[in-house]
Amino acid sequence: MEPIVEMIGIRKEFPGIVANDDVNLQLLKGEIHAVLGENGAGKSTLMSILFGLYQPEAGRILVRGREVRIQNPNVANDLKIGMVHQHFKLVHNFTVTENIILGLEPMVGLGALDTKKAAARIREMSTRYGLNVDPDARIEEITVGMQQRVEILKMLYRNAEILIFDEPTSVLTPQEIHELMGILKGLVREGRSILLITHKLKEIKEVADRCTVLRRGRVVGTVTVADTTEARMAEMMVGRKVSFAVDKAPAKPGAVTLEIRNLSVMGNRKVLGLRDFSLEVRKGEIVGVAGVDGNGQAELVEALTGMRRAESGQVLLNGTDITADSVRQRIRKGIAHIPEDRHKHGLVLDYSLEDNMILELYDQPPFARRGLLDREAIRPYAEKILSDFDVRSGKGVDSNARDLSGGNQQKAIVGREIELDPEVLIAVQPTRGLDVGAIEYIHRRLVEQRDGGKAVLLVSLELDEIQNLSDRIAVLFRGERMGLLEASATDENEIGLLMAGVQGKGGAA
Amino acid sequence: MLRIARKEDMTGLRAVGVRIAAVLLALLASGLLILAMGYDPREVVRVMWSGMRTLKALASMIRIAIPLAMAALAVSIAFTMKFWNIGAEGQILMGAFAATAISSVLPEGTPGALRILLMALAGLAGGALWALPPALFRAAFRTNETLLTLMFNYIAIRWVEYLRCQLWKDPAAMGFPQIAPIPESAHLPQLLGVHIGWILVLVLAFLQWVFLRRTKKGFEVRVVGESEKTARYAGMTVGRVLLFGVLLSGALAGLTGMVKLNGTAFVLAERLAGGDGFTAIIIAWLSNLSAPVILVVAFLFAAMKQGAGWMEGLAGIPSALADTVQGLILFFALGSEFFIRYRIILESRHRTERKEAHP
Repeated sequence: MEPIVEMIGIRKEFPGIVANDDVNLQLLKGEIHAVLGENGAGKSTLMSILFGLYQPEAGRILVRGREVRIQNPNVANDLKIGMVHQHFKLVHNFTVTENIILGLEPMVGLGALDTKKAAARIREMSTRYGLNVDPDARIEEITVGMQQRVEILKMLYRNAEILIFDEPTSVLTPQEIHELMGILKGLVREGRSILLITHKLKEIKEVADRCTVLRRGRVVGTVTVADTTEARMAEMMVGRKVSFAVDKAPAKPGAVTLEIRNLSVMGNRKVLGLRDFSLEVRKGEIVGVAGVDGNGQAELVEALTGMRRAESGQVLLNGTDITADSVRQRIRKGIAHIPEDRHKHGLVLDYSLEDNMILELYDQPPFARRGLLDREAIRPYAEKILSDFDVRSGKGVDSNARDLSGGNQQKAIVGREIELDPEVLIAVQPTRGLDVGAIEYIHRRLVEQRDGGKAVLLVSLELDEIQNLSDRIAVLFRGERMGLLEASATDENEIGLLMAGVQGKGGAA
Repeated sequence: MLRIARKEDMTGLRAVGVRIAAVLLALLASGLLILAMGYDPREVVRVMWSGMRTLKALASMIRIAIPLAMAALAVSIAFTMKFWNIGAEGQILMGAFAATAISSVLPEGTPGALRILLMALAGLAGGALWALPPALFRAAFRTNETLLTLMFNYIAIRWVEYLRCQLWKDPAAMGFPQIAPIPESAHLPQLLGVHIGWILVLVLAFLQWVFLRRTKKGFEVRVVGESEKTARYAGMTVGRVLLFGVLLSGALAGLTGMVKLNGTAFVLAERLAGGDGFTAIIIAWLSNLSAPVILVVAFLFAAMKQGAGWMEGLAGIPSALADTVQGLILFFALGSEFFIRYRIILESRHRTERKEAHP
């Protein structure tokens, strides 16, 4: 097979960092080539260069053997390079067809749109690749998985031969992921070539032919996937041996700490986002809440922490009803919350770590006396959290939260919440966007909390994380609890089916 | 291609340098403007300077600076919460109105100190109450407070005009539409040639600094301003914090009105605020909402205002020119903030090519 894309000696700098340093990548015609790396390793930058979104400071790009300069995505289009972005670029109140032909609308006569012809072609392509997309459906009416297939059709409609997928599985259920893998294989069978950006080794093992591993902007190596173990690829990605399994002994659950009874919560669209949800979390166990994004997780978490009102149902903490309590009252009673979005919710980015560490305690003695803040008391408290939780920052507690890496920001939040010594720790996507080292660390601290007798509720979109950490797993689909499973007695397949709304045996548990 | 990116870190000293450069550029641009209008900029500078260098002139500048600084302290509290209180002008007037109202019902023999104290309290209340509706509307219906506070200015101005021409028209003024002046016992006492408002300003600036940096309430106000979502997450009642901060902001503006009334104007009229509520916004911004800096910048603005009066009197240059110069300074200063926080990247093909040649 001859190479269809060659990137040679690519270098790209951003203020303060070198995102790509002398990167070489070769995509063969008809292969699925994975680009593996941790967050910030430079995968997306490299692909953005190939798609014409960034210009490299040095290096050459050859497409079909000819040197090219890809100044913008239009040039990429002309070279038959297409890209499915992590966040889809679709117009929500347009139909599938309208979205696909956007930018190259076929005209009849004097400017009348010929959508019929386009729709027919889209339907034909959809059938050929088994995409199962209705050309007349509106984007807002179809599932995320189908939206992704619309993005794929968009590329095919433009006759793209080189397809870039940026973290395509982060929004899908396990079954949808499986389907997508089938689609990818079908595409290369047709002679197209695929670049797959990911940090998930399982997917690479499933579909990719070769894999190029990036670490800190440099290529660690390119390997043939069939000859390389997942552990080896992980080691290349991280730079040291990694253990994926979280070390934990069987749980010794105690009394029920958090009890959720028939909770219903209104979502943002004025319909119930969470319906009749019940769950118990006991001392000394981690209960995971699995589900595809947008199936009621936000409503559940906000109703538990007091940020959103419950329509009906109750939340009990150690037997007392806290449904009507404010956020502050709940914090005082022992609900700690590691929020999903550390930038929007968890931190005041332009404040010092010192101020950030007392966000929930600033009005309590010893930090406040007679309305005045006592810096003498605040400072050592913040310093202790930073050293206990290995938060690395340039200027210690005086550093602004903004200046920390994502991992250190998250460690600071985890530390702050654990330091509250709560009854229940609600951890929402606690490791999102972090590198493997930070993930391991945070997982260890969560298990430590469990072993220390705390009740931990883990809400995560990463199924691996749920499976690795949880003792029991509740699955959410369209706001309802589809099942409650013992983590040791279930597998990805069963959870995946429940996540997709297929009722399983665990429904009655 | 032009691109705008957030700048990582600019050290304090360099940032100060950029700001000073901005003011110098503004003065240069003003000079060119004056030249274009057919005046000699050097003459203008000479005349302005002559209007500033005497002790008497200094006292007069401080008198002008007092309400400017107070009002700037007032709006900066609201601005810290990202509540855009453009209504200081109206709050000043309503503070002065409330003070006048209290004074008019007090018996004639009320001791001066007591009268002043009660008028100050009325001023605080008047300003706070005038800031309350926009805050409530924002909390309840998410209305735009910029618009509402701005409109409330005009209501306040017309209200005072109505008082002057109708309701409170002073019969002793012989048909002239004027409100009766406050009694002499209510005039603020003088200290070192200026009414004691200057001490009040210094105290308020200090208190404001302590409030924002060292108190529980101040901590809440700052967090709400930086991120409402984080404030909610941390269990703060955002609406209540907002209300508290806006009331405080309005109260300070109202007190400014009382100080103007009892310190320099002595009579309520719609021109009492005289644009100070708007100038205060500029001052607060230029000072980066920092209380000590507000004191300095307010004084500089007062100097400019004073110099402008001199300019008109001695050199025949319209004082509107001073407003233009003020505008230019604001323009350059805000522009410099942009350059301190962001940088513009010029991405040209040529650069890419050059770098490629020498990797």
